[in-house]
Amino acid sequence: MEQVLASLLDGLLLGFVYGMAAMGLSLIWGVMRVINLSHGAIMALGMFATYFLFTVLGINPYLALLVVAALGLVFGFAVYGIAVHRVIDAPHLSSLLATFSVNMIILGVGTAVFTTSPRNIDFPLGSVQIGPLTLQGTRLIAALVTMITTATLYLFLYRTYPGKSIRAVANNRASAELMGIPSARVLALSFGIGTMLAALAGGLISTFFPFTILSGDAYQPRSFVICVLGGLGDPLGALLGGLILGMMEGLIPTFMPVSWVPVVEFVLFVLILLFRPSGLLGAR
Amino acid sequence: MNAWRQPGCWLTWLGLLAGGLAVVVVRDNTVRELAFTLLMFAALASSLNIMMGYTGYVNFGHIVFFGLGGYTGFYLISQHGWSLYPAVLVGGLAAAALAGFLGSAILRLRGAYFALATIGINEAARAFVNNFTPFGGPTGMFVNFSAYAEYGGAAQALWLTYALLLAITILTLILSGMVKYSRFGLGLMGIREDEDAAVVMGVSAPRFKTAAYALSALAPGMVGTLYFFKNGNVEPGDAFRLNMSIEMLVMVMLGGQGTVLGPVLGAVTYERLRGYLLTSPLFKNLHLAFAGLALLLIVLFVPTGVVGWLRARFPRLRRLLA
Repeated sequence: MEQVLASLLDGLLLGFVYGMAAMGLSLIWGVMRVINLSHGAIMALGMFATYFLFTVLGINPYLALLVVAALGLVFGFAVYGIAVHRVIDAPHLSSLLATFSVNMIILGVGTAVFTTSPRNIDFPLGSVQIGPLTLQGTRLIAALVTMITTATLYLFLYRTYPGKSIRAVANNRASAELMGIPSARVLALSFGIGTMLAALAGGLISTFFPFTILSGDAYQPRSFVICVLGGLGDPLGALLGGLILGMMEGLIPTFMPVSWVPVVEFVLFVLILLFRPSGLLGAR
Repeated sequence: MNAWRQPGCWLTWLGLLAGGLAVVVVRDNTVRELAFTLLMFAALASSLNIMMGYTGYVNFGHIVFFGLGGYTGFYLISQHGWSLYPAVLVGGLAAAALAGFLGSAILRLRGAYFALATIGINEAARAFVNNFTPFGGPTGMFVNFSAYAEYGGAAQALWLTYALLLAITILTLILSGMVKYSRFGLGLMGIREDEDAAVVMGVSAPRFKTAAYALSALAPGMVGTLYFFKNGNVEPGDAFRLNMSIEMLVMVMLGGQGTVLGPVLGAVTYERLRGYLLTSPLFKNLHLAFAGLALLLIVLFVPTGVVGWLRARFPRLRRLLA
């Protein structure tokens, strides 16, 4: 029983980070109806940015996250401007393929430059003992960072002018434009925030797991599952979905071989798409 | 059958047949291996085009049918001693049946949601085969060398697989042409342009989409069986290369989605280009990035591909470019 509780809690903390990655994907979908297939690759870039800031410049990884967030935002602007803006009103086929090609370019160049040998950030924070449970410091901090980021994101979306513009464009782009909102800039900003969240999540993951440039491939499908759990386009739902998925990943291996986890996740994914496509929280 | 009256279709079919037979006449092993790869990708890209080009549904998991169909056919050959011909047929039919079954569930999803589901299928299929002991789990299966004796020795068997592949590729292209110029194909293209409007006009969208999905899975299953028979072994890593799914997408987009000739042209061009990039010391590590760049440029600037561009640029060629 203690074992189960421990894995559950472990998964829950990991779920916060999954949730943050999925929030980015969900935000981008909600605002511009684009599924960003380069999300995983950008997470991997976030891991590498944190890694190099830590190993080369010796910056504390959590301080480095601030830099990673800024880089992620700028990178998102660039990706939006180069690959997404031209196909934003085209059929889904085009935007899927455009973001997918960005993914291929990142992975191709990344494999050539960084190779695929695993790296890790050696920055242990010890652990906290609560009764019979041991919680790793890195994961607690990661959960805390996620909560702060989510709160900031919601303050931004609901209390600031650019944030309100994003929500307006998500609601109805044509009307927002008629009200004088520069939709191209708002779309670029939303895409940037989405990739920023991906890069941040990547940076946090790099503090507790070894990674390669291809690691994003493992997290991207999870982000899809989470988004669908929480309802595509709803960032808070994505965080909740992340927590659910994290707990599942903690629990399933206690009674099934670990290699079946993707199969279970995928079956859940298809079932939700079929029966509750608006997500667990969404309206029917 | 309107496709038979299209000169463009005939040009594609006869061109492929002539090219394929020329290799048999030359009778050179290196040329045959190259032609085998080209034909394989031409068949795979053409079958993907039925779903992606005609229906407008992106499928990121086309390789699943190649893998699972190939696994089924190979299982029958190596574990049950079946002959190659029925095994190839059953491999294709198994893939098509799987697609029909999956499609009836996930094709109720539209557009982008379907694309997401196909990524999931890819992951799930690989995880499944890795855990499925009759298929040999993570190590896969192999055929005894003596199995080739039935076909006149290993060298002869290689030529036989080549001839079969040529036949399958041409049949796939005939199927592609027939679908395009049929009432069924018009329904698919209606779905591509505007699914709601198509449904209002009486197209039974879920049924049409599922049929297109099953048809597109037939060729990969057969080609997979041939490919693994030729290699003599099969393993999950080789059968479910996500990269190949993506390369097929690039081929279809490069040549021109929604045309009969496009995927063949795209497959040949991409494969030759990749061969060059892989051997050139400067690019050999960057070929994935290069493919990505090519795809991005096509999507952004020539979304109709080479054939579509030619058709728009030279209206007189339209009759000849199906």
